[in-house]
Amino acid sequence: MEALLSVMIGVLTAGGVYLLLRARTFSVVLGLSLITYAVNLFLFASGRLTRGAPPILAPEITHYTDPLPQALVLTAIVISFAMTAFVIMLALRARAELGSDHVDGHINQPPNTQD
Amino acid sequence: MHESWINHLVIAPLLLPLLIGTLLLLARRTLSLTIRRTFNLAAILGQLILAVELLLLVSDGTILTYRLGHWPAPWGIVLVADRLAVWMLLVTALLAFFALLHAMQGTDRRSRHFHPLFQLQLLGLNGAFLTGDLFNLFVFFEILLLASYGLLVHGGGAARVRAGLHFVVINLIGSTLFLFAAGALYGLVGTLNLADLSLKLAHLPPEHLGPARIAALLLLTVFALKAALVPLHLWLPAAYAATAAPVAALFAIMTKVGAYALLRVETLLFGTHAGILSGLYPAWLLPLGLLTLVLGALGALAASTVRRQIAYLVVVSVGLLLTAFGLGTAAGIAAGLYYLVHTTFATAAFFLLADLIRRQRGALSDRLQPGPALPNARLLGGLFFITALLVAGLPPFSGFIGKFLILRAALAAPDWPWLVGIVLVTGLLGIIALARVGSLLFFHIRGAGSGAATHPLPQPGYFRAALPTIGLLTLCLALLIGAGPLLNFTDATAAQLLNPHEYIHAVLKPIGIQFAPEEFAP
Repeated sequence: MEALLSVMIGVLTAGGVYLLLRARTFSVVLGLSLITYAVNLFLFASGRLTRGAPPILAPEITHYTDPLPQALVLTAIVISFAMTAFVIMLALRARAELGSDHVDGHINQPPNTQD
Repeated sequence: MHESWINHLVIAPLLLPLLIGTLLLLARRTLSLTIRRTFNLAAILGQLILAVELLLLVSDGTILTYRLGHWPAPWGIVLVADRLAVWMLLVTALLAFFALLHAMQGTDRRSRHFHPLFQLQLLGLNGAFLTGDLFNLFVFFEILLLASYGLLVHGGGAARVRAGLHFVVINLIGSTLFLFAAGALYGLVGTLNLADLSLKLAHLPPEHLGPARIAALLLLTVFALKAALVPLHLWLPAAYAATAAPVAALFAIMTKVGAYALLRVETLLFGTHAGILSGLYPAWLLPLGLLTLVLGALGALAASTVRRQIAYLVVVSVGLLLTAFGLGTAAGIAAGLYYLVHTTFATAAFFLLADLIRRQRGALSDRLQPGPALPNARLLGGLFFITALLVAGLPPFSGFIGKFLILRAALAAPDWPWLVGIVLVTGLLGIIALARVGSLLFFHIRGAGSGAATHPLPQPGYFRAALPTIGLLTLCLALLIGAGPLLNFTDATAAQLLNPHEYIHAVLKPIGIQFAPEEFAP
């Protein structure tokens, strides 16, 4: 199971990095989402992989799973959800303001022109 | 009554901006602009008073802690107010006060979200300085970044949106790396509390060295990105040059958050006590800091607008600051902390001044081209001269003291000729860049009267418009006059940072975790 999860995280990260390096805002947003999925899985695995065990520590329970990474992942999911929503809005705004979905605004225009 | 008030004082700098920010957000359509401004200003003054109160409490070396929900430390989240955290709180509140005063000249009319975002930005900043938990630091980073995204594109326009998109995407990547680092550290030692991490990393078994170094260097990457250390500085000039002046002034503290986090992690987690991990950061910070100095100075020379030049001077200041922190010695850290305050106020004042100049130059804006004589050249020129002396670090102002102390601390380093040489040469480049801009703006007059100002400041009002700038410059003057006591404080702060067992003791003592203080002897 560990090997499968590592491969999954690796593939998601690699795909995310590839998409992040594209020049269009849509692929950049997709790349960010993929990397976020990868990091969520990674955080989840940081408490070790345990199957069929409750995330509760009690005197009669000997086999349990670490609840903290689950809380961390939940926080990270909420934050990344908000961030994805924001970056999509900003990408749409950039499309409207700059007339192109290129990350620099326009392909043939130098990015350092002033307002 | 008094005792219980003090117990909750540590969390007050978070509650105040959160409550006022939420109120301003909910009531943004019902309250008039004057009332919203009053609320915002009152909240900042409140944070200023809280910061002073906390400063008085921690100045004798006490470390105040606040356990949220009364959960004991390594399991619950803890807020820690030590000298460094409170020092940063005070700088933030002072800077925010003058940035807001400048924003009240019209920037805040552009949208109803300016005031709530301003307070939420302060919430994120205060939280990042106070928190004693690595994951909580990530959360506060996200709060301050989300507010800063809104502030950065405030007012709209193609240049802002383009710079904003780059800023947002690179910071989101940084946040992901932060999570990877936090997850790796948690997987290794099973804690995210900074004090507990410090204890456990000191006893790390050698077979975990590789993953621990990767996590530590990932953290370094994230904080270097926030601090705009070369080669992760490319987002800064475009973002700071494109945004509104008060926002750029407030953002003067944003790079310092990265520097703060680097200093905290460098001394608490990877300090001299950290066994196999100690000395990990200085080896990277020193060369990268020097490289930042060089590239920043070259950028300032090559800049085509005043604001872009100031943005590169921010990069230069980050380079010098992290060089000082990278020395890792008490003298270096103390000098760096003094320089941090100076450079925050000086660059913020410069951004505000550039806005005043830009408003007078009409269509020429702040482009470095000769134009007609400025209407208020005497006032603006005088302010420019003082600001340039401050930023360049020339005597008699506080910049000189900061730079001098950093150079003196650098003399103790083994490769001091490199350090001193690069700092002095980049200082000279900075002076050349500033002299070029000053003479071009104020002496190289061409085409008198042809380019009328689009928003000329009214004659009686121009002094009032310059007041926030003058206020920030006065703070720099206060840094000069009060240099003695302030340097005593930064010396004590550096000593406290290099002796992390005080911090660990304050956080973990309530649950009786035993540790041997002699392990932390410097």
